[in-house]
Amino acid sequence: MIFGFQTEFFQIELEEGLDDGPDFLSEEDRGLKAINVDLQSDAALQVDISDALSERDKVKFTVHTKSSLPNFKQNEFSVVRQHEEFIWLHDSFIENEDYAGYIIPPAPPRPDFDASREKLQKLGEGEGSMTKEEFTKMKQELEAEYLAIFKKTVAMHEVFLCRVAAHPILRKDLNFHVFLEYNQDLSVRGKNKKEKLEDFFKNMVKSADGVIVSGVKDVDDFFEHERTFLLEYHNRVKDASAKSDRMTRSHKSAADDYNRIGSSLYALGTQDSTDICKFFLKVSELFDKTRKIEARVSADEDLKLSDLLKYYLRESQAAKDLLYRRSRSLVDYENANKALDKARAKNKDVLQAETSQQLCCQKFEKISESAKQELIDFKTRRVAAFRKNLVELAELELKHAKGNLQLLQNCLAVLNGDT
Amino acid sequence: MAAEREPPPLGDGKPTDFEELEDGEDLFTSTVSTLESSPSSPEPAGLAEDISTNSNGPKPAEVVLDDDREDLFAEATEEVSLDSPEREPILSSEPSPAVTPVTPTTLIAPRIESKSLSAPVIFDRSREEIEEEANGDVFDIEIGVSDPEKVGDGMNAYMAYRVTTKTSLSMFSKSEFSVKRRFSDFLGLHSKLASKYLHVGYIVPPAPEKSIVGMTKVKVGKEDSSSTEFVEKRRAALERYLQRTVKHPTLLQDPDLRQFLESSELPRAVNTQALSGAGILRMVNKAADAVNKMTIKMNESDAWFEEKQQQFENLDQQLRKLHASVEALVCHRKELSANTAAFAKSAAMLGNSEDHTALSRALSQLAEVEEKIDQLHQEQAFADFYMFSELLSDYIRLIAAVKHYVIHLQGVFDHRMKCWQKWEDAQITLLKKRETEAKMMVANKPDKIQQAKNEIREWEAKVQQGERDFEQISKTIRKEVGRFEKERVKDFKTVIIKYLESLVQTQQQLIKYWEAFLPEAKAIA
Repeated sequence: MIFGFQTEFFQIELEEGLDDGPDFLSEEDRGLKAINVDLQSDAALQVDISDALSERDKVKFTVHTKSSLPNFKQNEFSVVRQHEEFIWLHDSFIENEDYAGYIIPPAPPRPDFDASREKLQKLGEGEGSMTKEEFTKMKQELEAEYLAIFKKTVAMHEVFLCRVAAHPILRKDLNFHVFLEYNQDLSVRGKNKKEKLEDFFKNMVKSADGVIVSGVKDVDDFFEHERTFLLEYHNRVKDASAKSDRMTRSHKSAADDYNRIGSSLYALGTQDSTDICKFFLKVSELFDKTRKIEARVSADEDLKLSDLLKYYLRESQAAKDLLYRRSRSLVDYENANKALDKARAKNKDVLQAETSQQLCCQKFEKISESAKQELIDFKTRRVAAFRKNLVELAELELKHAKGNLQLLQNCLAVLNGDT
Repeated sequence: MAAEREPPPLGDGKPTDFEELEDGEDLFTSTVSTLESSPSSPEPAGLAEDISTNSNGPKPAEVVLDDDREDLFAEATEEVSLDSPEREPILSSEPSPAVTPVTPTTLIAPRIESKSLSAPVIFDRSREEIEEEANGDVFDIEIGVSDPEKVGDGMNAYMAYRVTTKTSLSMFSKSEFSVKRRFSDFLGLHSKLASKYLHVGYIVPPAPEKSIVGMTKVKVGKEDSSSTEFVEKRRAALERYLQRTVKHPTLLQDPDLRQFLESSELPRAVNTQALSGAGILRMVNKAADAVNKMTIKMNESDAWFEEKQQQFENLDQQLRKLHASVEALVCHRKELSANTAAFAKSAAMLGNSEDHTALSRALSQLAEVEEKIDQLHQEQAFADFYMFSELLSDYIRLIAAVKHYVIHLQGVFDHRMKCWQKWEDAQITLLKKRETEAKMMVANKPDKIQQAKNEIREWEAKVQQGERDFEQISKTIRKEVGRFEKERVKDFKTVIIKYLESLVQTQQQLIKYWEAFLPEAKAIA
């Protein structure tokens, strides 16, 4: 992957592996696939984001497709898409009744560089008030932060596409194909105020409805269990995700402090060339190095833990939505039953009622059948993803702790040897 | 009358002003040497009395002290016992120095505790020996402050600390002993040491700070974590203070210090004004005023003062910056600890609701690991603070004290020297005139001439003595600052190494925890 940065301050072209953490990207890749371990990317359809460009207020993703399916004109092609187009695609799935029985892969979150941009701007303004060395250090840090956010947003968008491509039904969706192939702008503007308001009311109705619908006890044990489980799980994942976020951020703050301590020690150490100053310089070096490791720990925790939890927060919501749709159709079915009984009793519009009832029944059964499979798949995916990420988290924590230990012990050996 | 002022003694190395006396030099050489050999004889006092009829200086001394150099400054030390009714820890009632002549013997001896002439007077070889010995390493004395215990109730309550000494030094009667002391006792000790040693150029370690708020909480009986933390902070600070004090070879000899460490009952020090910056300045003023009667070889001293000042200024700035960063680290580490604990709980809940058994177990294990890590963070924050942060704040205060001391002394020396030069010139001219007058008036009164000549000789000797005294004090100051810097270096190194070792331990523990968790994660099927 090649990333291009284009902000008002920096224009950087970064190639994979060239940042100071060669394993960062590959770990991220692993993280990416880890979240979707079950995706058999077969030759039939392979999708990825091969390039991305961050411009002032938008991000342009280059979506690259390789396919042997007859549906496409070529075997390999690329288009440029923006975030809104992903959302359009996602919404089209949601609105499609045929997909009611599937867990719709959650939409990727909007790319949010505002905070990072603000920091870079502040840094630019304050350039005069700090030493060149401090400025360079901070600039590097903020650039690294920006890059991390950038990579994450790319990953999120890619995951979404891969999930769709791996789904036996969704991958055949026409809109999806258009999304992948149509090399012009889809002219999908973001929702305007009116539409956003409509969405808002729709959601309100849905949640109110959801409350009513969820009151309906399910005959099927499986779904009853799933409903209880998902409700609780979703809430707890939400909480865990938030707490993990906070923890990761504190870790990063502490790493930043190491940075400042290192700088101060360096300043003390350069005052003269006495014994104590050499001592300070060595300790300053140690803090600089250990800080890099601590920053990496924080980043890895973010990736393996926070991101994992965030993703499953969204997935569990999507699963809940599926259950809602099923319950909705169950209610419709039961209502249709009642209507039929009434019609039969009155002997009026019986055929109509019968047809309606049959449709509802079919719909309900269809949804139930696919929903069951989807929920089982969801569990499998979830367990595999957690396993992979937790193992990798532990391995990385170990790697960093050992690295840190080595660093500290070496430094102590030198310092003790000197005195 | 011009000769109403008693010329103060001067130090070594005749200043160029004396060139005027060249014609009569041969007369003085022998007598000068005689005088040098008996610096502390009471004779000069007699002469002094003769010359300065209008002197309003201090009364003749009651004590003939061993060492003139000390005596010179004893005037500036008016020792005040903290137990006596008058409470001024520092003198204030001296007459204006410009008017008061100072001679080796017209001095008030330091009003020290009734016990004995204490260390300031013992500028003798034995102390030098100890210092040489000590140059290598430890004094073989260990101090611990522990077991804070609340005594009494309400606003009259106080914390008593156990001070334990372990030593093999012969000056102590036992090799291991402990006493109970309260905070005001420490302040009292510091006050005594400061008033005895500061003005002769020794850097007396500053005492820990008073804290009305913190102490009130403890008195009132608030048994919360902030008051326990306060007591612990204070205990650690008191320990560091004593450790620093005993490391000083001169202070270690001080009987007040010994009494503090050894005797089971200490006379209660009331109204202890911990020696403030202002207090130090006042004391230095007095010393400097005494010093103004001497010639001063300023040039080398000047450069040295400037350099030291600048150094301390830079050091102070850098240390403050470093201290601020370390404080931020402590804060963030505590935050991290709290957030880790919160996450641990959350992960446990998640594990509970996860319906896949193996994953559920793994999540619970993760929660346990994070809980243990939270503990680690707490301990690390503790180390961050007590080792690193407190070390830095101690040094910032120490350096501020030394800095003020150096700056002020320099200013005073500088100013006084100029005044002195002028005055010296006047005195010499005067005396020469008198001698000439005597010669002319009393052609056959050889004893009068002789008397005048004697006076001049006396006077010169005093000038030389004064200069020697100044040399000594200047040497002491430099030595002290040098010793301080060496101690600082050692101190820093020791503490930082200890701190790094705490970081090592944290990493080792982390490794243990994650190694235990890894198989659990892999076991998810």
